[in-house]
Amino acid sequence: MKLAFQIAKRFLFSAKKQTIVIILGIAIGVSVQVFIGSLISGLQDSLVDSTIGSRSQITISIEDDYISDYQNEITLIKNSSDNIESITPTISTSGSLVNNDLSQIVVLRGMEFETADDIYKLTDKLVEGRLPTSNNEIVLGKNLKDLLSINIDDTIAFESPVPYSDTYTVVGFFDFKVKEINNTWVLTNLSTVQTLINEPGMVSQIEMQLIRVFDAKETAIELESVLSSDYSISTWIAENEELLSGLNGQSISSLMIQIFVIISVVLGISSVLAITVLQKSRQLGILKAMGIKDNDASKIFLFEGLILGVFGALVGILLGIGLSFAFATFAVNPDGSPVIPLTIDYGFIALSGVIAIVASTVAALSPAIKSSKLSVIEVIRNG
Amino acid sequence: MADILTLKKINKTYGEKTKNPTQVLFDLDLSFEEKSFNSIIGQSGSGKSTLLNIIGTLDKPTSGEVFFNDVSLKGYSKEQLAEFRNQSIGFIFQFHYLLPEFTALENVLMPYKISKKEITTQVMKRAEELLDIVGLEKFKNNLATNLSGGQQQRVAIARSLINNPKIVLADEPTGNLDSDTTENVYKLLREINEKFETTFIIITHDRHIAEKTDRVIEIKDGRINLDIKK
Repeated sequence: MKLAFQIAKRFLFSAKKQTIVIILGIAIGVSVQVFIGSLISGLQDSLVDSTIGSRSQITISIEDDYISDYQNEITLIKNSSDNIESITPTISTSGSLVNNDLSQIVVLRGMEFETADDIYKLTDKLVEGRLPTSNNEIVLGKNLKDLLSINIDDTIAFESPVPYSDTYTVVGFFDFKVKEINNTWVLTNLSTVQTLINEPGMVSQIEMQLIRVFDAKETAIELESVLSSDYSISTWIAENEELLSGLNGQSISSLMIQIFVIISVVLGISSVLAITVLQKSRQLGILKAMGIKDNDASKIFLFEGLILGVFGALVGILLGIGLSFAFATFAVNPDGSPVIPLTIDYGFIALSGVIAIVASTVAALSPAIKSSKLSVIEVIRNG
Repeated sequence: MADILTLKKINKTYGEKTKNPTQVLFDLDLSFEEKSFNSIIGQSGSGKSTLLNIIGTLDKPTSGEVFFNDVSLKGYSKEQLAEFRNQSIGFIFQFHYLLPEFTALENVLMPYKISKKEITTQVMKRAEELLDIVGLEKFKNNLATNLSGGQQQRVAIARSLINNPKIVLADEPTGNLDSDTTENVYKLLREINEKFETTFIIITHDRHIAEKTDRVIEIKDGRINLDIKK
């Protein structure tokens, strides 16, 4: 074992150029893997975040009715699942905002701002003014500012088809970066809407965000078992099947790239080591004449594969991380934020390294078998 | 003196399964005494190298048996043969076959390392002594590739002795050396034979050299043509 390792080390060291080239070959394979992996998972994280990061991931409501003792239900939900990141009650109604001769159809959403902020990140999205702090104060999507030509501290009338109406004071504007929301959402506190539609203490839905977003279905099933059957529970997964299949497609294509990279690394090492066996057949012949066992002779090449794999993986990981940081630094949007925020997943990087080491050792198998079959007499007779 | 090595009815045929098999050794019976200094001569193609390879267990006879200290090697597995070679036989080849990646000292120690025993200071000392005997103490840390042909051959001689083998087999050990160096190498082999009482079997095509050994065996067309003991 020790001898085979020493000989392997010496063989590699005595052919420095060849060794460096093989290590670079493995390193490039590993670095591509690390880079593509970080890129794809960064892409997925940012896609998931921008699609569902600022909205409800599980929503509970009762069809054509309001939820009365929502505080109890919230406590119940929190106690029944460990996957709830944040939870908030909301109440919505629709109608029109009217400013002189301008009018826009809007959704008036009553929120509990302390908890809603966890889901909607409203504080970050405010572009002007502040959030409502008392009844009859509203914040609007920033597009409504021009559509209705209103400003902060203006009062504006809300009218709905059912005969409820009131006037509200504009205290701020937000930007969700989604046109439909910026055009239609008007946010206020719960009691403003409750008063308007004359449903005191009621909410229309309970919204929540999850710790593990992809477990939404499982969490929904958990909730179903504790809540009354009057409730309907909807998850983001059911509403976003296209997004999900897109993410799956990405994962699969990234996996394919990684598999092909590994295959090419394996083939490369295998063929180079096969040539090394030929180059070293003289040495193997003499070692065998001196009594080295076939088993130990083949270990020399397994160790060569292992050593190449370890160094290739190390250099490759460094290169891959370097490449990722260079990409995050140089491929940026005009505002300086990276085009794709990379996710450096150290578990994944370690896994890539381990795979490279295992693959290199496996690649050395066929040359190792070849070397154990090499006959001394052939070598000696052919000088 | 007792025989250390005995060959009985050795036949060797190459390409047995082909249309034109070539028999190179015919019913050879031969034995070698312990501590003797023997040479085998013969023209190229006479079968002398094949004979040496069979003695050294690098090749197997088509039929017949090799006995070492009266024990037949016939049933030995590949592994057992490897161990036998490592412990009991020292090889010196025409093309010295040092491992170019290792130093002179490391090359000398290689058969000992192959036996998987711990390198002790005693063994280290022995390796250095052997290098001293072959006159290369100063070059012990040189890579094999940085030594001249004669020096490499002397390292190979030191290497063949590290495990205290009973027999040293040498195939044209001076085949590619100039005449002065050749003379020195033979003197050296003789000294070692006397000092360590190692049995030597040396193949050579040089009659002048063969005459200096205790016994000359001539192989011709796969048979023993002459066997002269002094």
